[in-house]
Amino acid sequence: MRHILSLLLENEAGALSRVAGLFSARGYNIESLTVAPTEDPTLSRMTIVTSGSEEVIEQITKQLNKLIDVVKVFDLNEGNHIERELMLVKVRAEGKDREELKRTADIFRGRIIDVTDRTYTIELTGPRDKLDAFLDAIDRSQILETVRTGASGIGRGEWVLRV
Amino acid sequence: MRLTGAEITIQCLQEEGVEFVFGYPGGAVLYIYDALFNQDKVKHILVRHEQAALHAADAYARASGRTGVALVTSGPGVTNAVTGIATAYMDSIPMVIISGQVPTPAIGLDAFQEVDTVGITRPCVKHNFLVKHVDELASTIKKAFYVAASGPPGPVLVDIPKDVSQHIAEFVYPKSVSMRSYNPVTKGHSGQIKKAVQMLMEARRPMIYVGGGVILGNAAEQLTKLVRELGFPCTNTLMGLGAYPGTDPQFVGMLGMHGTYEANLAMQHCDVLLAVGARFDDRVIGNPQHFFSESRRIIHVDIDPSSISKRVRVDVPIVGNVADVLEEMQKLVNASSARPDATALKDWWKQIGEWRARDCLRYDRNSSLIKPQYVIEKLYEVTGGDAIVTSDVGQHQMWAAQYYKFDKPRRWLNSGGLGTMGFGLPAAMGAQMAFPEATVACVTGEASIQMCIQELSTCKQYHLPVKIINLNNRYLGMVRQWQQILHGNRYSESYMDALPDFVKLAESYGHVGVRIENPADVEPALREAFALKDRVVFMDFMTDQTENVFPMVKAGQGLTEMLLGAEDL
Repeated sequence: MRHILSLLLENEAGALSRVAGLFSARGYNIESLTVAPTEDPTLSRMTIVTSGSEEVIEQITKQLNKLIDVVKVFDLNEGNHIERELMLVKVRAEGKDREELKRTADIFRGRIIDVTDRTYTIELTGPRDKLDAFLDAIDRSQILETVRTGASGIGRGEWVLRV
Repeated sequence: MRLTGAEITIQCLQEEGVEFVFGYPGGAVLYIYDALFNQDKVKHILVRHEQAALHAADAYARASGRTGVALVTSGPGVTNAVTGIATAYMDSIPMVIISGQVPTPAIGLDAFQEVDTVGITRPCVKHNFLVKHVDELASTIKKAFYVAASGPPGPVLVDIPKDVSQHIAEFVYPKSVSMRSYNPVTKGHSGQIKKAVQMLMEARRPMIYVGGGVILGNAAEQLTKLVRELGFPCTNTLMGLGAYPGTDPQFVGMLGMHGTYEANLAMQHCDVLLAVGARFDDRVIGNPQHFFSESRRIIHVDIDPSSISKRVRVDVPIVGNVADVLEEMQKLVNASSARPDATALKDWWKQIGEWRARDCLRYDRNSSLIKPQYVIEKLYEVTGGDAIVTSDVGQHQMWAAQYYKFDKPRRWLNSGGLGTMGFGLPAAMGAQMAFPEATVACVTGEASIQMCIQELSTCKQYHLPVKIINLNNRYLGMVRQWQQILHGNRYSESYMDALPDFVKLAESYGHVGVRIENPADVEPALREAFALKDRVVFMDFMTDQTENVFPMVKAGQGLTEMLLGAEDL
């Protein structure tokens, strides 16, 4: 099953490699991993999307907690949460396709953030399946590049992850 | 007080009460060696290879319970040390490793003797640090000692670039450490402990399974008291030998791949299992599916939450310091009038007695060849069961574990997790440094001993009178055994040809060497050797080449699917 893990870790050189190294050494999956400093510059917030049986997810959580640089680990699947991912897609946009691509982007609440006479660059935010749906909705041959950040997640309401 | 980074490093070691540093100098640690030279509180032991420095520091820690310290230079110094670091990591041994690094401006430029030490060691340390500024040095070393010895212990490495050891800073050694990201649990959950005791009282076929965590957690006394009070059978893992006394009638022997018949059967057929400081390793429970073909309720006490429910689902997990948890259990047992069903327990012991009667550790005592088991039995007798025994890895290790009955913790030092050949001799040095008066025996084989044989020189330099019991069968014995049993007698590269004359070799290092070729000479040779209190004696026992370790559970087989002897092959 797919799980989305949220971590607070010390914003130190090497902390990311400890987490990434743990996943590769123990054969755990990483679907995506995002990390950036928080409002407190000594802390980083990381979101890892992984998959595995309940036993594996339990081990991942325990092993992450054992890393000295990791301050807190939450499995967002344990409560209500929101997940968002940012995608930038550069598409070939010429002739009649320009109008069609603009319309599709609008339907998905995407924004065109760069335009040339032959291309659009579209910015799209949403849960993973929305971004996937957008890519399915346009002609694959029009896609020149896609850049996705991987998911970031946060608990709903009063569910707050902090030190 | 303004000091250089090198002086700060040594001051920190002094503050931590470090007696010995095992190490080897080199370019990147020259300032640190200079600072060592100018003081006499911390003694440095110069080994002949960095791997040995790590094993010696590791065994010092295993034998004494204190944190071992090693000091190596950058590049090859560190890469040589990695085997020793990984050995300590797998067995959760508290160690601090100080490594030199190229100067900070040179890092990343493929400088002479540069390696990414933090990167290379990351998967085999509890934690590591690269000190980028001399101002952080003292607090980092403080943290290193704290992290190494607390929670589940482990090796911690501090990488110090040469310029950091040269720069000057105000030295203040922090009195305490507080790390928001590291707060190891020590106290077990009272509700869970209560539940566990209740479960033990309901047991009809109880079993207590004890691992190295009880030794690391200094809980042997609490464990022994509780086991005796309950009257339950008890088994120790390879790492747990000595946690529960080996000569006690409630002890059913070691369990696992080369465990006793009675221990493995009791493990399989018990209805309540109390696991303490153990981790259900693949060498211990065999095939987990087979293990679960019998149902039993499991209580698991361990300080490491990730050890719980890793390979085996347990019913009552208790995360905490084993000594405290056992004490709390004892209190509950004392306060309660409930006791396990006496008739059921009696029947269970009767059953275990029948298994015991198989006498699974019997061997041919009338052979004209020296049986390795016989050597260990005699070693046990000659040393009064009171030696610190180190071992390398292979058949000799298993025989030592099976036939030397350890009654006390911290007397049996071996590389259980990583299985590192070359561990035995440097480990004996570390143990002898910790206890200069103790009798220290290194049980080894002609293959393992050659992996760190250069340390005979270190033994000479520091007058470490360790006794080497070389069970010489001219084979990589355990490899040969597996090839015989699992690979159709195809002895691929397991014969040890062109062996040195170990007697002359020992003599060339300034030690005493003896070769023993007849069973009748075994005991006299041992007596003579152990009477030479101040000498290293290398005893080269020419043993039966075909002897195998039994019982044996083949890898992937169930715990009760044991080969008991040559007749089962």
